[in-house]
Amino acid sequence: MPKEYKTPMLDELEKGPWPSFVKEIKLAAKNSPMSNDLLGLLERSYNERIGHWKHGGIVGVMGYGGGVIGRYVDVPEDFPNISHFHTIRINQPSGWFYTSDALRTLCNIWEKRGSGLTNMHGSTGDIVFLGTKTDELEPIFSELTEAGFDLGGSGSDVRTPSCCVGPGRCEWACYDTLKLCYDITMRYQDELHRPAFPYKWKFKMSGCPNDCVASIARADISIIGTWKDDIRVDAEEIKNYDKAGMDIFNDVVLNCPAKCMKYDAKAKAIEINNDDCRHCMHCINAMPKALRPGTDTGAVVLIGSKAPIVEGALLSSVLIPFINLDDEDEREDFFDLIEEIQDVWCEEGKARERVGEFIQRVGMGNFLEAIGVEPIPEMVAYPRDNPYVFYEDYYDDEEEDE
Amino acid sequence: MPGAMQERLTDIGPPNFEEFLPPVIKKNYGQWKYHEIPQKGVMVHVAESGDKIYSVRVGSPRLISIDTIRFYAEVADKYCDGYLRFTSRHNVEFLTTVEENVEKIKKEMEAYGNPVGGTGPGITSIVHTQGWVHCHSAATDASGIVKAVMDDLSEYFTSKDLPAKCRIALACCLNMCGAVHCSDIAILGVHRKPPTIDHNNVNKLCEIPSVSASCPTAAIRPSTVDGKPSVEVIQENCMFCANCYTVCPAMPLNDPEMDGVSIWVGGKVSNARSAPKFSKLAIPYLPNTPPRWPEVTEAVRTIVEVWADNARPYERIGEWIDRVGWPRFFKLTGFEFQKEHIDDFKHAGLSFNRTAQLTR
Ligand code: HEM
Ligand code: HEM
Ligand code: SF4
Ligand code: SF4
Ligand code: SF4
Ligand code: SF4
Repeated sequence: MPKEYKTPMLDELEKGPWPSFVKEIKLAAKNSPMSNDLLGLLERSYNERIGHWKHGGIVGVMGYGGGVIGRYVDVPEDFPNISHFHTIRINQPSGWFYTSDALRTLCNIWEKRGSGLTNMHGSTGDIVFLGTKTDELEPIFSELTEAGFDLGGSGSDVRTPSCCVGPGRCEWACYDTLKLCYDITMRYQDELHRPAFPYKWKFKMSGCPNDCVASIARADISIIGTWKDDIRVDAEEIKNYDKAGMDIFNDVVLNCPAKCMKYDAKAKAIEINNDDCRHCMHCINAMPKALRPGTDTGAVVLIGSKAPIVEGALLSSVLIPFINLDDEDEREDFFDLIEEIQDVWCEEGKARERVGEFIQRVGMGNFLEAIGVEPIPEMVAYPRDNPYVFYEDYYDDEEEDE
Repeated sequence: MPGAMQERLTDIGPPNFEEFLPPVIKKNYGQWKYHEIPQKGVMVHVAESGDKIYSVRVGSPRLISIDTIRFYAEVADKYCDGYLRFTSRHNVEFLTTVEENVEKIKKEMEAYGNPVGGTGPGITSIVHTQGWVHCHSAATDASGIVKAVMDDLSEYFTSKDLPAKCRIALACCLNMCGAVHCSDIAILGVHRKPPTIDHNNVNKLCEIPSVSASCPTAAIRPSTVDGKPSVEVIQENCMFCANCYTVCPAMPLNDPEMDGVSIWVGGKVSNARSAPKFSKLAIPYLPNTPPRWPEVTEAVRTIVEVWADNARPYERIGEWIDRVGWPRFFKLTGFEFQKEHIDDFKHAGLSFNRTAQLTR
């Protein structure tokens, strides 16, 4: 007979219009003593206003250095069923597409061998199986393998790449995000499963500058779709937006950051100076039936974003202003460059130093030299305004003398 | 050799997504022409071929049981030939080519307690992390605050429009799993006391040089306490980030009275109109008041309503504030401007107001 916990605090969170995680834990608790203890533990945290989880320690499956996050409760005497309660990260399919059968297979494994609780999905993008015991890890791994699934990344490795829905269901996708995500994931299986980097390394892929997977804020390599030719315009549809009551001048034209649109209010016609367009997506978002990205498409590659730990948060900045990832040669050059960057960072980076912090420490100019990329104006918001320039000619001469 | 050295398959990677694409997507892959939002939570994408796919977007608590996943699977079987997907913000989307199925899916989902919505200008699900459910470093709970805030704002998910998209995110500590720091409204768990050092265990559990190196403000020095190698923390230099606790379990910071929540505003990720930007501090500290964190829900609602009343169409919170200025933001929200609002870390001077252009 599982222990029955009174949970007046948590019960309060079963009320209200938004779906309740408490209801979910209770559903799982019907079959799982682990989830039942989790309910009791969480009620205790709500009363005491403090968490009760202890640091990881090394747990995992044979031959893998990541994918499992060790978790132990700090009051195992009171909650013995969650004395270990490890998380398993499972690499999601690109774009989070599933069939009902695939989901049921995952549920069956997790019903037998874990808490029955999941995150769909973790913020990394992985499927998260929340809570199991150490001796279940190997069996879960082999059952997942049989079902065609594999573990995701954790620790100082390539983290599970993720991408937006892209060409699967979005008219704005400027390259095949789903395929690139899959290809990168498959190419870096070893780096994903066996941590050997100074710190984590994330790839995220968005099909256009709307950046639905927030790649510019949280990926070491952010790959954001864009186009080079003109925005496609359907003149009739612009008239229809006007007829439907849209304030095209104020809401679309005046919001253009490049001030490169003109509106002829009589003819209900838009004229775009595409040379000045910044590819921000605003006008296209506002009038999806009338405006579309061009057809000469590719991506901007940016580098270095991260959350605050350790040295402060960073946004990614431009590394390659345009690349056609459908072109085999450009693709191979891209991978060569990525691997060059990883080599330099592994060689010179400090422990727990993300590549963005590494660039801040050594200087973008020196970093570019090390990876063999020429500096270009697209890489800066503005050139330096600080006159403490470390001119290098003098030092270069000296080195030659030695 | 049965039973002995069986080949153990590794590194198979995720399933190829192509196995999971509905036929209409396979057929029109990369050939979508435009989309419309016939009602909140429902999108129809139209392909060059004229084919249509309807997506019904449904909010979920993210922390879900296998019972609920099986329910999703059942609904997908009934109306979507077994196909469905999840979004980057923890929503689930049912994909169907049959227009009549839209209302049926909506009804089933709502009966189960999962609302349909989250498209267009408004509020979609809150990206969030683990909190007291599963993490050692949590300064607050994640799921509980998210539930309370979404209960309060659910009308903006299901029916009411706002000037633009409003992305809310929550992280339960400064590690910020998820892109919290670039959100329209970010709810961030904070510690406010230096680590308590368990001198008996520092040397046993941790590597002293890496503990010292972990501190962004160099507040940690090796020292000997009662004859044992340990560390000391220069208290005035500590900004409670918990980096040290991450590398050394013998240095916990969690504390019921001192932990709580800070609120940040005006970040964005998308490149539309203005460049992506970080969120800025709006409220330095609110206490942990489970189960419903009323101070937090009220603060978030205040921000949403003040912005909704004052912004122009398409203006995200950060874009609105950029136009009217921070003094106006603090005046309209009534939030107190305090010492903590002024940056004092590296490059702090860049955030000072270096102009005489001020509004009255
Ligand atoms: C020193 C820094 C960090 C540490 C020690 C850390 C630790 C953790 C831990 C322990 C978890 C698992 C929580 C659990 O399920 O028990 C986690 C989850 C996660 N972390 Fe971190 N983290 C750090 C920094 C970051 C950063 C900077 C990011 C993103 C830019 C990040 C992204 C994630 C994501 C996406 C998850 C999954 C969370 C979820 O499922 O909601 N982490 N992290
Ligand atoms: C009406 C047209 C739009 C549609 C149909 C659309 C569709 C979507 C979808 C499906 C997602 C989830 C993506 C995924 O799971 O792969 C998403 C997320 C997102 N979209 Fe859009 N989007 C639209 C317009 C926009 C616009 C105009 C912006 C910005 C101004 C934007 C910014 C974002 C962001 C920031 C996210 C979430 C990023 C995150 O997870 O942190 N989208 N959108
Ligand atoms: S990032 Fe762009 S291409 Fe990708 S789903 Fe979002 S709007 Fe579509
Ligand atoms: S994409 Fe942005 S910059 Fe280009 S024309 Fe449209 S609004 Fe202007
Ligand atoms: S944000 Fe902090 S407390 Fe929350 S899950 Fe991530 S590491 Fe844990
Ligand atoms: S909490 Fe942060 S600032 Fe304080 S001692 Fe630890 S690492 Fe240093």
